[in-house]
Amino acid sequence: MAQNTEEIIRVENLTKVFGSGKKAVKAVNKINFSIKRGEIVSLVGQSGSGKTTVTRLILRLLKETEGKIIFEGKDVTNIKSEEKKEYWKKVQAIFQDPYASFNIFSPVKKVLLDTFKLFNSSYSKKEKEKLICETLESVNLRPEEVVDKYPFELSGGQRQRIMIARAHLIRPQLLLADEPTSMIDANLRSGILELLLSLRDTDGCTIMFVTHDLGLAYYVSDRIFIMHEGEIVEEGSANKIITAPEHPYTKQLIKDVPKLSEEWLTS
Amino acid sequence: MSIIKLLLKSPKFLIGFGLFVFLLLTAFIYPAVSTKDPLDMVGFMYEPPSSTFLLGTDNFGRDVFVELIHGMKSSIIIGLFSGLIATAIGITIGLFAGYKGGMVDNILNSITNIFLVIPPFVILILITVSIESRSLLTMGLVLGITSWPWTARAVRAQSLSLRNREHVDIARLNGASTFEIIVKEIMPYILSYIFMAFIIQVASAILSEAGISMLGLGPSNIVSLGTMLSWALLFGAVRSGAWWAFIPPTLVIALITFSLYIMNTGMDEVFNPQLRS
Ligand SMILES: Nc1ncnc2c1ncn2[C@@H]1O[C@H](COP(=O)(O)OP(=O)(O)OP(=O)(O)O)[C@@H](O)[C@H]1O
Ligand SMILES: [Mg+2]
Repeated sequence: MAQNTEEIIRVENLTKVFGSGKKAVKAVNKINFSIKRGEIVSLVGQSGSGKTTVTRLILRLLKETEGKIIFEGKDVTNIKSEEKKEYWKKVQAIFQDPYASFNIFSPVKKVLLDTFKLFNSSYSKKEKEKLICETLESVNLRPEEVVDKYPFELSGGQRQRIMIARAHLIRPQLLLADEPTSMIDANLRSGILELLLSLRDTDGCTIMFVTHDLGLAYYVSDRIFIMHEGEIVEEGSANKIITAPEHPYTKQLIKDVPKLSEEWLTS
Repeated sequence: MSIIKLLLKSPKFLIGFGLFVFLLLTAFIYPAVSTKDPLDMVGFMYEPPSSTFLLGTDNFGRDVFVELIHGMKSSIIIGLFSGLIATAIGITIGLFAGYKGGMVDNILNSITNIFLVIPPFVILILITVSIESRSLLTMGLVLGITSWPWTARAVRAQSLSLRNREHVDIARLNGASTFEIIVKEIMPYILSYIFMAFIIQVASAILSEAGISMLGLGPSNIVSLGTMLSWALLFGAVRSGAWWAFIPPTLVIALITFSLYIMNTGMDEVFNPQLRS
């Protein structure tokens, strides 16, 4: 596992409260963590624990209620539009729902062509299309079979591959993958997962993998953060989390993954 | 597209659409081919329907049938123009408020609420009396700028529910501007709502025009369905038993609004199938 000790991102006291008064929901509550360059970490928690909110906060798609985000040593908490574009060249995401990730009114190549907006690039249309084709090939899609199609003409797996191609086209430093396989047919999951994780090797990308599946997190990541009701209740290396969990909630999660508890707790 | 095919299978939409197109064509083709001036006094007061005057004459001895068709044209023009204005203002404010949220939403929402709580008739009467000569387009404009809040509200709610969709996030992560996102990522998704809101705006503008014109605040020197009713009221058509002076315009107003409402209901059933029980 190629990694050094340089920190790529750190969040401090990050908090998000939705709504106000009696209806206020504390989706993320004073969380702190740090990720090193080249690591793959997983953020694990059940539905509603605040994982997507953390992702959107880091992406600066959502304003925090409190706290700080430090990326590559720089405080990015209050960046504005042009700085955000710079930030998004380096921090990108793949979302859970490969259907909702597409604008149903545009052909597939639009979402890929639009990534060039981030770069004020001087590529000609031809060059852009060539890059797109190469990238699609790298995620095992035949460009001529997908680029002019509308999203509804493609399968969930194909769509998620296109989203990976999109990330690959941008080559971010940090990729946040929010449950990228949870809505994909089980038999296609490992293919998508492998492709995603390969971005660490091809692009040198750091990955934060978000999932409710502790088994999957163990399988893909170096370190795991356990999230429960808006808080990170435990963090540690994947091995430590599985073999020596400390927090009662983590223990509960491990029990809920029968195979894991058999394989790892007994060995 | 398949949506259009679905619409063409909805009897309600077809009836409404067919009826509206028929009324529209009548209103625009007849005045283009006939040289009869609706304001010409061609007979005596309240002559009953006959072979010369299909629908009799009004209090000024004018041909009601000719007036009716010209009035229909005026009312439809006012309705469409007002609908366009109300829809344009309503979607601009609604899309922005819903997508931007926060302060922008609070401010725009307050403006919308102010317009919502002031009875539109009060604003309408105030504006109408302060404009000296009222053309069809000023009437449309006045009705349009008083009726957009309803559309703004509906569009805001839709836009609010779309702004956290993943394709919107992806567009933002691609560095798209707010304007691009509103136009490309949000508006297409609510086009059917916008169109439905437009139809209702047209219908309600036609009704409001009738109401205002009955109060004598309608367009000047132009026949509209509302001004016909106003004259009938003023010159005692009901008392004189001259039903042909007020029943035809009332019926035509009812027909136009009926055609629009039923078109809207048909579209609603196609676009929101879950509402069908
Ligand atoms: N835009 C929003 N407005 C109001 N409340 C929100 C919003 N987004 C999330 N929440 C609330 O915040 C809490 C955390 O939601 P979040 O989507 O982050 O959870 P999650 O861990 O990603 O869940 P899942 O596994 O279902 O995706 C939930 O209670 C949710 O209802
Ligand atoms: Mg989520």
